[in-house]
Amino acid sequence: MSENRESSEVLTAANVSAPNPDITIAGSELASKLERERKLIVRICAGEKDLFYELMRPYERAVFLAANSILQNEHDAEEAAQEAVLKAFIHLDRFRGDARFSTWLIQIVINEARMKRRKERKHLYDSIDEPKTDDESDYKPQDLADWREIPSEALQQQELREALRKAIASLAPIYRQVFMLRDVQQMSIAETSVALGITEASVKTRLLRARLQVRDSLAPGYDGRWAIGDGHWNKVRPW
Amino acid sequence: MNPNNIRCEDVLQEISNYIDGEVPPELRVRMENHLAGCAHCHAILDGTKNIIALVADGRLFELPLGLASRLYRKVRETDNDSL
Repeated sequence: MSENRESSEVLTAANVSAPNPDITIAGSELASKLERERKLIVRICAGEKDLFYELMRPYERAVFLAANSILQNEHDAEEAAQEAVLKAFIHLDRFRGDARFSTWLIQIVINEARMKRRKERKHLYDSIDEPKTDDESDYKPQDLADWREIPSEALQQQELREALRKAIASLAPIYRQVFMLRDVQQMSIAETSVALGITEASVKTRLLRARLQVRDSLAPGYDGRWAIGDGHWNKVRPW
Repeated sequence: MNPNNIRCEDVLQEISNYIDGEVPPELRVRMENHLAGCAHCHAILDGTKNIIALVADGRLFELPLGLASRLYRKVRETDNDSL
């Protein structure tokens, strides 16, 4: 069973004789955050509706990115996100707390984005969402044994950010959606599975394919490498 | 052939689960033994971990300007008195 990253750290800590204090703190921070959320939801449902902003603020980014992972268009993603936020507001009293609020919210966003895509691209919808065959894992990564680590400082460069965004955008929708929720938004495998309405096994299979494909897109290649030039990190071979 | 040996194909098939800590302990040990001696698989592991670290960085995706206020537009329209 997969858990979110914070929770799995707590589970790991439970398996060792001397708990790591950092892990225990991470677990207790998560627990207190969830408790704060639970109390906020109770108060909003009791009539303090202006607290809805406070509840939503940590998830504004996640809401937009989840919608955009499906629609791949900022304007459409904003519209779907607005509609999803409205639905979350109207139906907040239906949230039972058996999943995390963030998972429930992202599930609404995903559904809303999918509905919007179906409505506006009916003629394209047939085959792009779900594969007809289960060949999701049949992907051979490029044989690039000379991977040089791309340091996080390189993200300051527009060029690298653009290359990464392009690599993600070029993934087939089923892979992109899993990758965005799991790796960009760092949802757990279980949460990603619930949000997308697919099994955890499918999440894992699609994630493997997506990760390898994005890595290949950013790989330097036999004749290229990431190197410092003029104080900037550059990919020697243009992509 | 050592029954504990594992092929590159099998390692790559599980590399994502390995990163997520989702492989059983016995398989994990076999993968680690393989990775210790296989530059190819190790490079794929390093590259994949590197990509995961990069995309988790909040700088990758910038949000449209003013999104935070527009996000609640429909809520405000629906519930003008409360919000």
